[in-house]
Amino acid sequence: MKGNGEIRIGFYICHCGSNIAGVIDVERVAEYAGTLPGVVVSRDYKYMCSDPGQDLLRQDIAEHRLNRIVVASCSPLLHEQTFRRAAEAGGINPYFVQMVNIREHGTWVHDDAEYMTGKAMDLARAAALRVYAHQPLERKQVPIKPDVLVVGGGIAGIHAALTMADAGKHVYLVEREPTIGGHMAQFDKTFPTLDCAACILTPKMTAVRAHPNITLWTWSEVEKVDGFIGNYTVTVKRKARYVDEDLCVGCMECIEACVYKRGKFDDEFNVGLSKRKPVYIPFPQAVPPVPVIDAGNCLHLSKGKCKDTCVEICGDRKAINFEIEPEYQEIEVGAVVLATGFQPFDATRIPYYGYGKYPNVYTALELERLVNASGPTGGTVRLPDGRTPERVAIVHCVGSRDEHYNRWCSRVCCMYSLKLAHLVKEKTGAEVFNFYIDMRAPGKSMEEFYNRVSTEGVHLVRGRVADVYAEQTDEKKTNGQIGRVVIQAEDTLIGRIRKIPVDMLILSTGLQPQHDSEDIRRMFNISCSAGGFFLERHPKLAPVNTFTDGIFLAGTCQGPKDIPDTVAQAGAAASEALALIDRGVFELEPNTAYVLEEECSGCKSCIPLCPYTAIAFEEEKKKAEINEALCKGCGTCVASCPSGSIRQHLFEDEEIYREIHGLLAYA
Amino acid sequence: MHRKEESGETGVPWRPRIVAFFCNWCTYTAADLAGVSRMKYAPNTRIIRVMCSGRIDPQFVLDAFTEGADGVLIGGCHPGDCHYSEGNYKALRRYHLLRRVLTGMGIDERRFRLEWISASEGDKVKQVINEMVEQLQQLGPLDLPTERMRLDSELEEMRPRRSVIDISEELKEAAHV
Repeated sequence: MKGNGEIRIGFYICHCGSNIAGVIDVERVAEYAGTLPGVVVSRDYKYMCSDPGQDLLRQDIAEHRLNRIVVASCSPLLHEQTFRRAAEAGGINPYFVQMVNIREHGTWVHDDAEYMTGKAMDLARAAALRVYAHQPLERKQVPIKPDVLVVGGGIAGIHAALTMADAGKHVYLVEREPTIGGHMAQFDKTFPTLDCAACILTPKMTAVRAHPNITLWTWSEVEKVDGFIGNYTVTVKRKARYVDEDLCVGCMECIEACVYKRGKFDDEFNVGLSKRKPVYIPFPQAVPPVPVIDAGNCLHLSKGKCKDTCVEICGDRKAINFEIEPEYQEIEVGAVVLATGFQPFDATRIPYYGYGKYPNVYTALELERLVNASGPTGGTVRLPDGRTPERVAIVHCVGSRDEHYNRWCSRVCCMYSLKLAHLVKEKTGAEVFNFYIDMRAPGKSMEEFYNRVSTEGVHLVRGRVADVYAEQTDEKKTNGQIGRVVIQAEDTLIGRIRKIPVDMLILSTGLQPQHDSEDIRRMFNISCSAGGFFLERHPKLAPVNTFTDGIFLAGTCQGPKDIPDTVAQAGAAASEALALIDRGVFELEPNTAYVLEEECSGCKSCIPLCPYTAIAFEEEKKKAEINEALCKGCGTCVASCPSGSIRQHLFEDEEIYREIHGLLAYA
Repeated sequence: MHRKEESGETGVPWRPRIVAFFCNWCTYTAADLAGVSRMKYAPNTRIIRVMCSGRIDPQFVLDAFTEGADGVLIGGCHPGDCHYSEGNYKALRRYHLLRRVLTGMGIDERRFRLEWISASEGDKVKQVINEMVEQLQQLGPLDLPTERMRLDSELEEMRPRRSVIDISEELKEAAHV
């Protein structure tokens, strides 16, 4: 250490433009900090994180022989690494740096200038006292396993998996449905270009299956996750499909041969608009093209009594096997990309829209299937009674932007509602009314698309729908036809209540987190935003990272977004994962716990506390011993050691006591 | 005579001071989020970052009170959400015991609070701190340092070691503002 063990602190307070200096009198704080014990240099500077700011640190270290640094600026979660690197570049141990958070926890939340200046002094004093006790530490490096896991096989997962596989990484893609493709596979056309979803998606799906670097596990779910960045051990449950993927040739003869002559059970892919058999394939281009047997409805599996015509027709191929048991695979990966997607808002939650009550009220996803040429009606839009609708209403923001349901804007509904308006008009010639709150068309070519649809004669009514009710008609005249529903809304542009009877009502349901996103979140040890979508590390600067290193986010599991943004984010998540894996090693915070052997009484009270079983009892010495490689640095054992013989690097008792004293001592 | 000196000399009315121990992963991040979202709340807390609420030694809390805090707040991840699996449960256990100890020492248990605040709950940081400040304002100053000095003079000989580190000398050396 420089200066014969003398502690020489440099104190820096950042103006952050006017973010900090606009409230706190930074000069006064700097002047005060200069009087604190050990502080030899004290400055205020416009932007400490800028290159000149960091240069200033380096120069001062050289010139004033500084060996401790305190920077009062933003959150350490943002710039601690920056200043540690600057200190290291200046030639001192990077852990001789302490930050004071006076922006996020200071000037951004409090405006009392006088009080905040005093509080900044308190915090400065605490940091100066704390840094006094800092010890030099070495960075710990852990190797990164080269394989990657992608959870979710929608467009986000597919794109991320392909990107990483193309870079030569081995990717496990886990999807819980029998096929990959996700919601995008269910859509008909995509806005704003109106290209068909299947045409752009299915080639990517096939590429996944064909890729030598991708292990595709559909009908599978992640069961358990252990480990940490670079070294995750993941258990994947491969549910019993009852059709052997290796033996099946995808001829689909078993579906044809099933004892059920026609479909009897709700087809999930067509959101219940059609029926399927117990042995089925979600849609013709499914990947893998292997049927799955629904154990609850298959006569052989549920009743044990069936003529097994499917087995018979499969013959020598022997692909159908009722003895298949769920299989558990354990894989080791260095990084994980979560692309678990969304679920549409459940329209039955808002009773006054009449979904589930009137047969001619549909959700947007149902309509996607109806307008789709490979959908249950072969692409013709008709009512349950077979008629073609003459008037159709589309209601935006169903479940979104609503205090009672989801507060957020689901971002895609305005555009897909316009797309559906266009498609319905094109297919049926019906008069279409779109009820919207605000028309949101941000992004490339979106406004143009809105203009296009509005000039096609779609009626755009600015008003939130207040009620939907059956039109009063003379019973005799209905002729068995489904009656119209009346949409009541206040048209806020003309300031009048409008009641518009329509044959068909489409509810543009918003996007919300998957029903089990909470379980996934817990399993991967990440956080959620207020709405339940997964929380990114930083909303602007780290949008695909999470607070758990090595876990990345892609697509709508992080928040509502359209396909272009989902793909862009998936690419970003893939490149972050690649950057991590190609680096080969990851540097851990050196905040592990250690035992002062001479003071350990061997009471063993720390041992059961450790969630990582990092503490062992050394029988010979009768002392506790911490395995540094297993310790994650939570410090629980440190707080509980009755003899005070367990310490924690970076969070030494002495450092924290000094911080407490510094905060509270009146100068 | 810490407190009297301050209010006497500057004429600034007493305002409660809270020492908050926030875990790095949830509550500290939530306080950052409150900042990024520019939520305004009472400025009375001074936050100390620890990796996990399980790191918080009861002695830290006692020390904060002894040094002059009017309230101590611990913030951790929600049950089941701890970054280190279960450190928050350890914190909860200690919290319950410590509350009884504090009550026994004559410190109103409302001065000590444990809250689960996840990384997305910036508004909860605001709400909890505002509530706590209001509560402390009603309870008035705790001012253990003055009390301690009184006791110290009475028990000159039997004076216990006041804390792990004695930095009073350093602080005296520090110049005054």
